[in-house]
Amino acid sequence: MSAAMDTESTYSGYSHYSGHSKKAHRQGRDRHKSPRSKDGSRSEKSVTIQTPPAEPLLGNDASRAEEGQDDNWGETTTAITGTSEHSISQEDIARISKDLEDSVGLDCKRYLGLTVAAVLGLLVFLTPIAFILLPQILWRDDLEPCGTVCEGLFISVAFKLLILLIGTWALFFRQPKADIPRVFVFRALLLVLIFLFVFSYWLFYGVRILDSKDTNYQGIVQYAVSLVDALLFIHYLAIVLLELRQLQPMFTVKVVRSTDGESRYYSLGHLSIQRAALVVLENYYRDFTVYNPALLTASKSRAAKHMAGLKVYNVDGPGNNASGQSRAMIAAAARRRDSSHNELYYEEADHERRVKKRRARLVVAVEEAFTHIKRLQAEEQQKAPGEMMDPREAAQAIFPSMARALQKYLRTTRQQQYHSMESILQHLSFCITNNMTPKAFLERYLNPGPTLQYDRDRWFSKQWTLVSEEAVTSGLQDGTVFVLKCLDFSLVVNVKKIPFIKLSEEFIDPKSHKFVLRLQSETSV
Amino acid sequence: SQHSAISSFSFFQQRIEIHKLRQGDNLILGFSIGGGIDQDPTQNPFSEDKTDKGIYVTRVTEGGPAEVAGLQIGDKIMQVNGWDMTMVTHDQARKRLTKRNEEVVRLLVTRQSLQKAVQQSMMS
Repeated sequence: MSAAMDTESTYSGYSHYSGHSKKAHRQGRDRHKSPRSKDGSRSEKSVTIQTPPAEPLLGNDASRAEEGQDDNWGETTTAITGTSEHSISQEDIARISKDLEDSVGLDCKRYLGLTVAAVLGLLVFLTPIAFILLPQILWRDDLEPCGTVCEGLFISVAFKLLILLIGTWALFFRQPKADIPRVFVFRALLLVLIFLFVFSYWLFYGVRILDSKDTNYQGIVQYAVSLVDALLFIHYLAIVLLELRQLQPMFTVKVVRSTDGESRYYSLGHLSIQRAALVVLENYYRDFTVYNPALLTASKSRAAKHMAGLKVYNVDGPGNNASGQSRAMIAAAARRRDSSHNELYYEEADHERRVKKRRARLVVAVEEAFTHIKRLQAEEQQKAPGEMMDPREAAQAIFPSMARALQKYLRTTRQQQYHSMESILQHLSFCITNNMTPKAFLERYLNPGPTLQYDRDRWFSKQWTLVSEEAVTSGLQDGTVFVLKCLDFSLVVNVKKIPFIKLSEEFIDPKSHKFVLRLQSETSV
Repeated sequence: SQHSAISSFSFFQQRIEIHKLRQGDNLILGFSIGGGIDQDPTQNPFSEDKTDKGIYVTRVTEGGPAEVAGLQIGDKIMQVNGWDMTMVTHDQARKRLTKRNEEVVRLLVTRQSLQKAVQQSMMS
């Protein structure tokens, strides 16, 4: 059982605590250590204080009750402080379960919506044609003959339907690019409007024309034309509501990433909160640098050191004086002679120096490597047939000379997870093919780029949750705050209204540009 | 009421009589003037009121007739031989001071230190 559970989750270790054999305890604790060493890239954990447990720990209350009152509980109890191994394992479980949920249920909702809209659209499109054809089919002989006028109307119906078809295709037939939590209000409104509209037309048609077998064919055709006109106007309404209304910027939105404080500003128009969230996320993938958990270890270790310094234990009984505790902690922290700011300063200066040095070495190595590759001109192809290489081979040929410098630089800037050797080779051959300079090749590695630049499994951010105090279909207002959460970090979005600008004019007559000479002379007499 | 009387400039004046010195073909007084209604009053370092376009003494040559007569740097010249100097151009002021047929000029000047001295004596 223990071997099977020896995964990243160290929760399994606690099952060894049986209170019977001490050997099992030691094995359990050793097993804790191996997963921890693998977690090089994970966040630091604070040390859990563990005394050799002679007593059972959690969950074995039955045996405790058997032994009666235990006077040594103060020394043998384990205190779990700060982040314990429990929280890490729970994160894992959450991640696994979320991946499993990536599932069928949500897709059904999306496809249902699409099919309803498609069926409705088809119905709506065929309705005018049906209006025109049904009298012909059902009571052709009774119809009044209607010559050129009707033919003219047929042509206009045909072209209007064609325009409607093209317009609907342009506006609506697009790949859904996102899955939003609530129904898209305007779209739903329009669908309902169209449905009611067509329904009422059919009702009228059924009662007044089909039942009474109206013989005025021109009137019927004009009725169908009016339907098509009204559909075109609804299409216009759809364009205005869905596309045009949000174009004029009304709000400025500030997006801050919670882990490292990187922020951006965007301009949005009148949108609902969920649509604004979509816009923010689309821009997130392009504008924000990729989330790198390795960069956060420094601040986390500092935070852990702060917490490790002081722990407050309430030994006088159950009175939970939380505010008193926190005050005591803050006072003690202030009194302690803390030199962590000094450490931070020197560490950062040192790190910068190291990065700059490695960067210089890298740039030189890449430049030297690139000088070895020359593009073959057409006439030189005949002269050196033996040495010709395609870009991939050329890349492989010069890669070893710069590999070490590149790897060292990536290690120093903690980006080594994001670039595999294969991806580097591919990028190198791409640059060689497109005649790029060494600097152009390096721009991808010198600084972390936006999330889109990297491989999908390094994104850390695929499933998003919108957390909002107001309904997500309500519009943006000044002061709205909502949070976009993914497993590892969140984006806090703050909405501000663009101020009302009072612009006045002042006319300056070009003739008023006149000047005087201001002297200050001194004369001796 | 004492303060309002003090604010008026024109009461604290001094009469100075300068005898011109002959240097070759010229009669010199031994000081330099600045100011005038055609000049920029804001650049005048000696005036209290920066819109004052009057004529001020900007330099006094050492040992010259003006210094001997008691003229000091920063004095404002109100009259020259009875001619008003508070509303003249710079060139007009120069002309009035350098008339070739006059050997003595009698100036009516006012100065800030004079004003302050009188203020102090009135207050004590």
